[in-house]
Amino acid sequence: MNALRTYVGIDLGSTTTKAIVLDDAGEVIGRGITNSRSNYDVACQVVREEAMVRTRFTLTRQAITGDPALAQVEKAFLSSLQRNFRFRQHLDQLARLREALFRAAGDPRHSAHRRELGTALESIVDGMVERAGLHFSELAVRKSDFFRDLATADYMQLAEQRSDPRGITFDMLCGLFDAAILVVENATTQGSFETQLRGALEPTLASASLAVQEKASRLREVVETTCDAQIVEAGTVGTGYGRQRLPFPKEQIRSEILCHGLGAHAMFPASRTVLDIGGQDTKAIQVDGDGLVVSFQMNDRCAAGCGRYLGYIADEMNLGLHELGPLAQQSTSRVKINSTCTVFAGAELRERLSLGQRREDIVAGLHRAIILRAMSLLARSGGVRDEFTFTGGVARNPAAVDALRQLVQENYGERTLNISADSIYTGALGAALFARRAAQTNA
Amino acid sequence: MTAASPSPRVPAEAGKERSMSLQKQMIAGHYSALSRAPQEGRKVVYTFVPGNLTELLRSFDLLPVLPEINALQSGMRKLSGDYIAEAEKHGHSEDVCTYVKCDIGMLKKGNIGPTGERLPPPDLLLLSYTGCFTFMKWFELLRQEYDCPVAMLHVPYQSEGRILPHHVEYIVQQLRTEVIPKLEAVSGRRYDEDRLREMLRLSAQAEDDLVWVLESAKHVPSPIDAYFGGVYYIGPMFTAFRGTAEGVAYYRVLREEVEARLRAGLGPLTPEGSQGKERYRLVMEGPPNWTSFREFWKMFYDEGAVVVASSYTKVGGLYDGGFRHDPKRPLETLAEYCMGCYTNLGLPTRVALLERYIREYRADGFMINSIKSCNSFSVGQLLMLRQLEQSTGVPGGFIESDLVDPRYFSAANIKNRIESYLQMLEQKRIGVNA
Repeated sequence: MNALRTYVGIDLGSTTTKAIVLDDAGEVIGRGITNSRSNYDVACQVVREEAMVRTRFTLTRQAITGDPALAQVEKAFLSSLQRNFRFRQHLDQLARLREALFRAAGDPRHSAHRRELGTALESIVDGMVERAGLHFSELAVRKSDFFRDLATADYMQLAEQRSDPRGITFDMLCGLFDAAILVVENATTQGSFETQLRGALEPTLASASLAVQEKASRLREVVETTCDAQIVEAGTVGTGYGRQRLPFPKEQIRSEILCHGLGAHAMFPASRTVLDIGGQDTKAIQVDGDGLVVSFQMNDRCAAGCGRYLGYIADEMNLGLHELGPLAQQSTSRVKINSTCTVFAGAELRERLSLGQRREDIVAGLHRAIILRAMSLLARSGGVRDEFTFTGGVARNPAAVDALRQLVQENYGERTLNISADSIYTGALGAALFARRAAQTNA
Repeated sequence: MTAASPSPRVPAEAGKERSMSLQKQMIAGHYSALSRAPQEGRKVVYTFVPGNLTELLRSFDLLPVLPEINALQSGMRKLSGDYIAEAEKHGHSEDVCTYVKCDIGMLKKGNIGPTGERLPPPDLLLLSYTGCFTFMKWFELLRQEYDCPVAMLHVPYQSEGRILPHHVEYIVQQLRTEVIPKLEAVSGRRYDEDRLREMLRLSAQAEDDLVWVLESAKHVPSPIDAYFGGVYYIGPMFTAFRGTAEGVAYYRVLREEVEARLRAGLGPLTPEGSQGKERYRLVMEGPPNWTSFREFWKMFYDEGAVVVASSYTKVGGLYDGGFRHDPKRPLETLAEYCMGCYTNLGLPTRVALLERYIREYRADGFMINSIKSCNSFSVGQLLMLRQLEQSTGVPGGFIESDLVDPRYFSAANIKNRIESYLQMLEQKRIGVNA
């Protein structure tokens, strides 16, 4: 089998790091996402590995669909294989977590409780292993795909049950977890793909329907081929807030403005205006018919009204970020809020609550406030043209989208508003397209 | 070739150029003369840069002190942060022009000038430019501190895009009835028109050389940076040296150096030696940031960006339309100079000037460094940006910082903006298929 030429784009954001893998034809064949952390190199490596894993799954799917004998079993087999693979990965990470927890518990300050602590940790991690199967069952609805999120929820619940205010306290257990999860997150899984995929294959086949089992030997062959497939990274471009820290030479680094413009164009070719509201900046970008940026504006002296604002409000209200938008949508009488200063927002919120205003009305006001700020940047950059594409984490917030839609309609008239479910990957996609373009030009 | 590869730089040749040490000596000499002024019985006038009346002051043997220059020098020498904090302690608001606060803070801390020598108190406050309303308030504050006489020259705004004869008459009349009598009173000398004419003649000579230097940037590649380098070139012209033999000599030396650079095919001189390959030619609008001046400059020259023309280097006076001080019409020429400075121009005139720069200097782009606390510059800049983009088809960039308040320079954000902008220019140049 010939080596597969791929082009990788990595977007190192302030909240999450994303990777996109393209094939020679420019099709997305893999992607990955992980929490950004203080160690950008690790975030970068983790996300790249995840994207490569997905790439191999894509290859597997392509091989199966390309084989008339296998086409019918594709869906059932692949989804089961992926679940089993993820399950094995999860178990692998739990094993590492166990190891890291024990290492942390070995610290001299825990010597008085060493034994009880060991027993407690054993039983907590055992409990997590038991639950792991549930996360990856066919009907499971996972709230998150991040190991950290799944593990945190399970660990905290089990630790609460196991803790004892007079002995092994909940705080003590939390402290150990905080130390251990970082170790697990910062470890990379290089080389283990083949082992894990091969390991996932047999259970998948064993529990499969008769139709799948009949094709077992051919499926084994396909998976073997995929595992052995040579994947060449013919080009890589990094972008995003942390791009200066990316471990690439300078010519492989592109501004996120250009990447967002090109990525939005690739997702919605008729895009002319792109708004991106990320964790710590808001960008208003105008692009031409080829996705080339013609002008842009960004918040400069102050990060008021960025995604972090909503994150901060969610924390203040003890809500998940994803709950904020739906809450705002219940508002019947929006409160007018002018300040978009993230730091002041908490005070504003408490003040309004103390005045007896309803939470949903306040939150609706906060959403409108950040969109008003984005409108000002859009105006600066040259307005909102058709079509209008909204990207970044805030594009996933329905109340923000409602506010934006309304304000655009009021100020610029009817505009087609594009929001992709994959909008979080816009920058990485643009970067990958630049990588492909550069490699193909030089070739 | 991609947008982001660093431009190779030639190592610094023979240290500093002669003009630089010459200027340094001149400035040090001036501050030293100021510090000795009270002992030597010389009189001192505080006045402002835009459209200043240096020759007139010099003709009375008066020494000028320019508070904006002190402030920007303090900014470059990392002293402004403390001065601003001092001014805020005395009740000056955070959003006020930071030149004012830097100056007030310096005053409150003993009026030690940027070179470490004490500045003398003013014998007269000459408010020679009313186009900046803040200047008026600034001298109002200084008057309270010093209890000295004030001469005010009201300078009409060029709202119609040109200087009208009655504007000139109006200023000349103020010079005769308000400014000159006060200068006579302070200096104890009579107004000497012949002396003034001689100084104006020297000014025009130096002005010819300055204009030649600034226009050398029309060459591709440019031998100078007309913004980061340009602020040094305008130093003597806009401060205390117009109308002096020293000023003439400085500009002659400078011109010869630039001629030599041009012959040798060298790029602009930066703190790290001659700039390498010129990748982007930019026009700059707005003052620079002084507290992180070198860091700011580096963000440009590291990417191969050269500023070929700037509006800030016209802040003391504009020579582009052919203006030179004219010894034959001494007071009239001063009046025209006052009214011609950049911030006294209406928005359409400013747009037309920048548009001309973009075309004549063959710029790839233009960038606005917007200073929120400087209304003289910042009001209308976004409008200008849009109009320029429309009329030239050249994309504009917009960044925000401050004059001398170190808190308002967010290096990571500004660098991000500049790099993104330059990459956008590059992408525009190579198009979609490359």
